[in-house]
Amino acid sequence: MNTHHAMWALAGFSLAGMALTGCGGPAERDLASADRDYQSQLIEQLIDAQPGDVIEIPEGVFAFDRSLSLTVDGVTIRGQGADRTILSFQDQAQGAEGLLVTASDFTIENLAIEDTVGDGLKVNEGENIIIRGVRVEWTNGPDTNNGAYGIYPVQTTNVLVENSIAIGAADAGIYVGQSRNVVVRRNRAERNVAGIEIENTIGADVYENVATENTGGILVFNMPNLPQPGYWTRVYNNHVFANNTGNFGHEGTPVASIPAGSGIVVNSNDQVEIFDNQIADNRTANIIISSLHSTGYSDYAVQEDFDPYPEGIHIHGNAFSGGGNNPDGLDLQGLKLVVAGPLGRMPDVLWDGYYDAEKMVDGEMPAELRICLDNGEAGLVNADGPNSYANPSVVTDEHQCSLPPLPAVDLPLAAE
Amino acid sequence: MIMRFGLIALSLLLAACGGPRTATPSFIAEGNPPLLSDWGMMVSDGASLTLSEGVLPYDLNTPLFSDYAHKQRTIWMPEGVSAEYREGDVLDFPVGTVITKTFYYPRGETPGEVLQTTSRAPGWRPDGLDLADIHLVETRVLVHRETGWLALPYVWNDAQTDAELRRAGDLQHFTLVSEDGERQALPYAVPNANQCAGCHAINNTTRQIQPIGPAARHINRDYDYGTGTQNQLIALVNAGYLDGHPDLADTPQAAVYTDPDAPLNDRARSYLDINCAHCHNPVGPADTSGLHLNADAPEGPNLGLCKLPIAAGGGTGGRRFGIQPGHPEESILVYRLEINDPGSMMPELGRSVRHEEGIALITDWIARMETQCGSDG
Repeated sequence: MNTHHAMWALAGFSLAGMALTGCGGPAERDLASADRDYQSQLIEQLIDAQPGDVIEIPEGVFAFDRSLSLTVDGVTIRGQGADRTILSFQDQAQGAEGLLVTASDFTIENLAIEDTVGDGLKVNEGENIIIRGVRVEWTNGPDTNNGAYGIYPVQTTNVLVENSIAIGAADAGIYVGQSRNVVVRRNRAERNVAGIEIENTIGADVYENVATENTGGILVFNMPNLPQPGYWTRVYNNHVFANNTGNFGHEGTPVASIPAGSGIVVNSNDQVEIFDNQIADNRTANIIISSLHSTGYSDYAVQEDFDPYPEGIHIHGNAFSGGGNNPDGLDLQGLKLVVAGPLGRMPDVLWDGYYDAEKMVDGEMPAELRICLDNGEAGLVNADGPNSYANPSVVTDEHQCSLPPLPAVDLPLAAE
Repeated sequence: MIMRFGLIALSLLLAACGGPRTATPSFIAEGNPPLLSDWGMMVSDGASLTLSEGVLPYDLNTPLFSDYAHKQRTIWMPEGVSAEYREGDVLDFPVGTVITKTFYYPRGETPGEVLQTTSRAPGWRPDGLDLADIHLVETRVLVHRETGWLALPYVWNDAQTDAELRRAGDLQHFTLVSEDGERQALPYAVPNANQCAGCHAINNTTRQIQPIGPAARHINRDYDYGTGTQNQLIALVNAGYLDGHPDLADTPQAAVYTDPDAPLNDRARSYLDINCAHCHNPVGPADTSGLHLNADAPEGPNLGLCKLPIAAGGGTGGRRFGIQPGHPEESILVYRLEINDPGSMMPELGRSVRHEEGIALITDWIARMETQCGSDG
């Protein structure tokens, strides 16, 4: 492929993006025969729920015009399957999410939440949270006007998200924020801006998920000004491929800076082990390691003790193929040209190049803080962000190292 | 329908007997009383709503905006108990306390039309409301039981003679008519009982429901009781509902957000406090955002200054910072007030139209800020 072909490919992507926006993509679910009377019954069941209750929702399509909420500990909400029990919020006129849970010992399983105006399922503070076999979807496909998060536990402890599906979120399909002791496994995230995002979370195992057709597949982020910085995340045995959807996030949100074609992205987070994944055909880069410096931040707005540097990153045993051939945006296109030439592809790991000089000892980063790539032929490029991307270079050899494996998350809820 | 006719007939019958009906307030310690009249806090014959004896009305210095609804707030306590004064928090109300808030609008020319006014609604009386020109929508009851506070929403019937418990909430459709005659759709949401906790559980860890308005700083103001104007805290003491308080000079007082004589910063912070801080406080449901808008939150990133959003989604409006000093048009905070999309607007519950006066205040406040956001800002 020569430069002209590359340009054509880029143009093709833009045109496809415009077509999608212009026609609105697939139509929303038709609610002509939906059950509109069930809403009051379910709301009253949620109000009257007692610890230990199981609220069974029958098969059917149920329409809601306002949000649901649960405030009682120890409740299970159970449908008859993610394609059989469908809670549609297409007509929602009130509430910032479909279902808001502020309770512990909560299980939700086997149902779908569709087309909420804001977030789909939000669990705000609580322990022992199981989200299983739940589909959250915006049925019109990727659209900036979709809700932000699909499955959204935040400030939770002991969390299991499994066998669930998230489609079309304008921020993250599955987003676990400010939490502890988390397992996210066997889910499918597609056509979201971020497929799966772990943010400011301590102890997360993310495995056996499929992330495809998102803007970015799996993200491990830390943001400033929050009660808890995150660290210790293992991302393994996932299939992360062709996350090339144009970024349809809202300008101003952290994910809006994710280039289309990002496989796995670590931003400002520490102790992240990425191993044994199949990562393929993500057109910007299969793995990106970056700092808050690359996501549009301001000195004033960051708490003083916030550490923006990704440290203790260990990449090994992944099967890479394709990807890096057509990065998103002129800057990244330029970067690829410099490091790989017009016909080549970006090395599998793209690092923005920011590191904490104050942590260096005798001119070297202490071993446990390094970014280590121990992954066969895979290469690593330093984009030279601190020098305004003046001298990017492939530095695979300097990062050839390994770190002790991180311990597995111990989550009894997730016992097989 | 049969029941509704029954109620109308009953009210006509009672009205025919002459004189306003009266009721006796009571603390109902258990269960979910199906009618507002079960509580006995107020009585309505469809023409006039009258507060029962001992039921004390009050106002707030700066109230929560609720789609331009007018509000009549009351406090009542059983014989022999009283609240303890607390300086920074809501008064420490005893078990048995019943607080009500009745939401109403001046009526428009045609049914379903309600008027957007900023002054007192016609029909307001110190001891109740004349209903000729106003429409009662709902009354929310907050009762302090042994098990804690409970919130119950009641929706007024068409005859305006009583309100029925509607724990699942309600969505009513009005047309809001401004003083200039402009009309806009007003989907008015009565919260369901769980959504009440969305605002009234201001600590998202303990999740205890509590009142928000009757804190000293909010109710430290005068009220026209018909028999004379008095400071509301003193009136509470005189009614036996408050067990003393410090000198008024030492009592905190939130700014009235419309008071042209109050400093702009005080007015803005007072507005954010009552409208936002029930969630946006360091232990509230919105502490996940790192944005704290409580009255005593220090100035800095956590107040929104040059702060990046965390999980705002479409709520950013494409803007980078919560507050971009000097630039309200670049501040997410203002966007959140301006937008009516339920997925992006703030507060999340309790409004569906814009509060123009509030937007103007916060816009002015941010426009006059001089902080710089740094090199990248």
